[in-house]
Amino acid sequence: MENELISFRSDMLKFAWLQLRDESSAEDAVQETMAAVLIGKQSFGNRAQLKTWVFAILKNKIVDIIRERARFSSTGAALEEIPENAYDDLFDERDHWNADTRPSAWGDPESSFSSQQFWKIFEICLTRLPENTARVFMMREMLDLDTEEICKELAISPTNCWVVLHRARMALRLCLDDRWFNAGDRDAEL
Amino acid sequence: MLNCKQATALMSQGMDKKLGLWRQTSLRIHLMVCDGCRNFNKQLQFLRAGLRRFPHRNG
Ligand SMILES: [Zn+2]
Repeated sequence: MENELISFRSDMLKFAWLQLRDESSAEDAVQETMAAVLIGKQSFGNRAQLKTWVFAILKNKIVDIIRERARFSSTGAALEEIPENAYDDLFDERDHWNADTRPSAWGDPESSFSSQQFWKIFEICLTRLPENTARVFMMREMLDLDTEEICKELAISPTNCWVVLHRARMALRLCLDDRWFNAGDRDAEL
Repeated sequence: MLNCKQATALMSQGMDKKLGLWRQTSLRIHLMVCDGCRNFNKQLQFLRAGLRRFPHRNG
């Protein structure tokens, strides 16, 4: 069990960092998770089950830290990080896709899940999201909270919350399109 | 009728909550006639699948 926990450590730290953007908070979340797992003493049939369990605990720790922080800070910042007009260039004067920005098919994108290189690019793209935007987006997509909960935790209006999510999706989609699915030379990006 | 900018906004919103019947229907019609937005829609689903899988990417 301990060896397995150690082997998950670097993935756990990255996961926590993407959401907390702060090494010492990420470290705290990971260590508290490891302690909770060891104290829990559940037994697991296999490594995958253990990892799922460990990440479920880690998610809760991250939400606790975000809640704690929200009490002390204003997170309205997320709305200004990606400006309103950031994606206007994708559309023509009638707000239809421009010929060169119209999304093209990604083929069978799920086949990329087995590529280590794909996950590196994916992580780069997530890291490039601005801090507060990333937090809102990850709460929605990785911690699987619903938007109402997120708005409440971060004290932002539902409309603003949704605008941030939309811009985050636009950014992540463009980044993966650029650096992976339509990249001329994938290696050049690493 | 929706333009692509409005359609992308609705698709994204649809990832977070159920759209009303009218919006749902206008979006469906837009997707029938717009392959760019059809691709966009599939890509949003893929992003979610990727994010869910991200913690488990290294086995
Ligand atoms: Zn369209």
